[in-house]
Amino acid sequence: MQKVEPFLLSGNLAIAYAIKQLNVDVVSAYPITPQTTIIEKISEYVAKGELKANFMLVESEHSAISACLSAAASGARVFTSSSSQGLLLMHEILFITSALRLPVVMVVANRSVSAPINIWNDHGDIMPQRDTGWIQFFVESAQEAYDKVIQAYRIAEDKRVRLPIMVNMDGIVLSHTYEPVYPLSDSEVASFSPWNLSLKRLDPDNPLTIGGFCYPDYYFETRYQSSKALEDSLPIISKVDKEFGKLSGRSYGLVSPLKCDDADAILVSIGSISTTIRATVKKLREKGKKVGMVSLKLFRPFPLNELIKSIKNAKAIGIIDRALSPGAVAGPLFTDVTSALYLSKMSIPAVNFFVGLGGRDVKVEDIESMFANLKKILKSGKIEKHSYYVGLRE
Amino acid sequence: MGRLPKWNEMQEGFITNTLSESINKTGTWRTFKPIIDHSRCTKCGWCVIYCPEPCISFESSGDGKVVIDYDFCKGCGICAEECPIKCIDMVMEE
Amino acid sequence: MPFKNLKEIIVRQDFFSPGHGLCAGCGAAQIARIVMKIAGKNSIMINATGCLEVSTTTYPWTAWKVPYIHVAFENAAAVASGIRAAYDALIMKKKLDKDVNVVVLAGDGGTADIGLQALSGAFERGDRIVYICYDNEAYMNTGIQRSGATPYDAWTTTSPAGQKTLKKDLMGIAIAHRVKYAATATISYLLDAANKVEKALSISGPSFIHWLQPCTIGWRYDPKLTVKLSRLAVKTGLWPLYEHYDGFNKLTVQVPRRTPVLEYLKLQGRFRHIMDNQEELAKIQSYADELATKFGLGPVTE
Ligand SMILES: Cc1ncc(C[n+]2csc(CCOP(=O)(O)OP(=O)(O)O)c2C)c(N)n1
Ligand code: SF4
Ligand code: SF4
Ligand code: SF4
Ligand SMILES: [Mg+2]
Repeated sequence: MQKVEPFLLSGNLAIAYAIKQLNVDVVSAYPITPQTTIIEKISEYVAKGELKANFMLVESEHSAISACLSAAASGARVFTSSSSQGLLLMHEILFITSALRLPVVMVVANRSVSAPINIWNDHGDIMPQRDTGWIQFFVESAQEAYDKVIQAYRIAEDKRVRLPIMVNMDGIVLSHTYEPVYPLSDSEVASFSPWNLSLKRLDPDNPLTIGGFCYPDYYFETRYQSSKALEDSLPIISKVDKEFGKLSGRSYGLVSPLKCDDADAILVSIGSISTTIRATVKKLREKGKKVGMVSLKLFRPFPLNELIKSIKNAKAIGIIDRALSPGAVAGPLFTDVTSALYLSKMSIPAVNFFVGLGGRDVKVEDIESMFANLKKILKSGKIEKHSYYVGLRE
Repeated sequence: MGRLPKWNEMQEGFITNTLSESINKTGTWRTFKPIIDHSRCTKCGWCVIYCPEPCISFESSGDGKVVIDYDFCKGCGICAEECPIKCIDMVMEE
Repeated sequence: MPFKNLKEIIVRQDFFSPGHGLCAGCGAAQIARIVMKIAGKNSIMINATGCLEVSTTTYPWTAWKVPYIHVAFENAAAVASGIRAAYDALIMKKKLDKDVNVVVLAGDGGTADIGLQALSGAFERGDRIVYICYDNEAYMNTGIQRSGATPYDAWTTTSPAGQKTLKKDLMGIAIAHRVKYAATATISYLLDAANKVEKALSISGPSFIHWLQPCTIGWRYDPKLTVKLSRLAVKTGLWPLYEHYDGFNKLTVQVPRRTPVLEYLKLQGRFRHIMDNQEELAKIQSYADELATKFGLGPVTE
């Protein structure tokens, strides 16, 4: 690895830079805040000839993802990105992309959903996409966004995987905040994630029919096949991350725990909020508090064993959701984590914290209050309430 | 057909290249059967081009007469209707 | 070179296999077959959800001998554009050398209604695709519901008293996008249709063919009449055969003496409820007369 100077880049620009280095063939996307500057930058690369790609100006996100799907089926390396309403408009095609096993890579700059219209961050847009069969990463920095996008192509295009991937990056907070990003060289990217034509499916020399109709006698097997592929991608994802670490000195793991071994109270989270929690844990540890945290880097397939390994010694767990799941038993992440505990035959008291909807700031004090809440459970051994809406005017 | 394939025996990504003609014999749908009177047929080809299956063709060997592949003929009657000299008869299947 | 006789078309290889599950006498099967004969091996076929798609790709078999993809109902044009973009990019980057024809066959619902937005996008971008709408004038796959292409007075399950609006002018919509080539077609005028497909394939941007397709189930007629109805649609003036090239409309099949619309309508169960309604029949006749004036067709002769 040669020594490189960092670039000062926002999350969006870091992604655009990665896409240029990845020599993507077809980009198809539609503007929506806070994702837009990714595609503006890519357009500029294409216009200047720095990226030789076909940039498709589509009339909607539905067409953007549809075109990416078929371009991937034609052997092209493709990219799209979206947020919020745009992602919701893609919803239908997301299921089809994974069932047809096409390696589309998409970045989602996570944003709240309407109504009311709000352009700031939460996970309201991504949670309804949980069951679409895509591999889903969450990142915590522009650097990680850059790194994950490079890893994403390697994973998606792996013959054993062949699944679409979403890299989730919190909108505004990460998409628009500038930070130093250490890029790989073009040749390092090219050799780490090489494109290969064997992914081509729509080929007159080998005519195949893709995406037809089936009766109940084949449907179950088809859906199981892509669902199983998603499950089986986990070790490959882990391996690619480790290899990336060897190349760049940066690897992220499937989960990122801090001080979990001897912590009584642990917070589980995804996305940029984890950075605030990490800082809070460090601060509270200095005061001798036995607290810990774990951030999920991979959300689908769910890294059950890795997560359980980090939280198994806790005596109380707080699970943070940045999206509501109205009428459900609990928030989306809470439901996954407690199912994981149940399947691991563990009954650790757990509460659900809903925070930061529509870009509402989550401060260190908010995190401290969550730990304080968990401490009460530790003391009394009782859970008063399962759900807390932190920061809500009640 | 024998046993249906297990999930991991199917091509991945809901793909197929098995042609319908190899397994789906739609001739069983037929109630009326087209019969060509070859003595009158002028080999004009209208029945060949309008058959929606398609299952009428010019025989490649012999004198190139028009033949119907009854494995697939659904008995729609278009060939008989469109034959300019009306030399195709639709007869009730036994 | 335009096709001059039937034989030239018959000898072309077939890329549409029998054993498909379309109804006996289905006009969509005829279209699929002819289009593929002309487009040939180096083509990729895209379908929107609809009768043609579900009945030709029933797993584990397929009727298509060319690469085929179906994704959803409303995005056939976007799917086609993605393939075009991929081939263009891969050829530009010298990762591929052989180009393909990108051909869409989508129903009237998938074109005039839910797919119109994606089609507009593809037209506007100027993507080199051939988009063919096989128009059976209703949502047949879901059991004969009205579409924006259902003709005035036609019965469907969601227009039980007859459709009360006129068909959307899809050609007008295509032409308003300044597509270089747009044409109407129907199977009974086979050479005309074949030549239009051939021409559409040669265009450097998007091209559009609006192809009337009689449907035995939805129009309620004896399956043997598919070609005959397709012919009567033209003869009555209800389906003028014309093409639009480089800014100009040209009639491709003249109808010197038009047949009264009743001859066409009376063969179809979907119009049964107006058979004794002179007022409604007169309205449809005057609609045909309007089209005849617009396209320069001859007068009605009994
Ligand atoms: C988004 C969406 N809405 C509705 C449907 C249900 N659907 C499938 S095919 C179809 C009608 C197709 O009509 P058309 O395009 O005219 O084709 P046809 O079946 O008549 O050949 C409908 C409504 C669907 N598949 N997807
Ligand atoms: S009856 Fe119909 S299906 Fe049978 S050969 Fe004639 S046209 Fe073809
Ligand atoms: S249409 Fe009639 S005359 Fe012509 S080839 Fe067919 S059977 Fe013979
Ligand atoms: S319903 Fe109509 S369009 Fe559909 S298969 Fe039958 S004849 Fe063809
Ligand atoms: Mg229709």
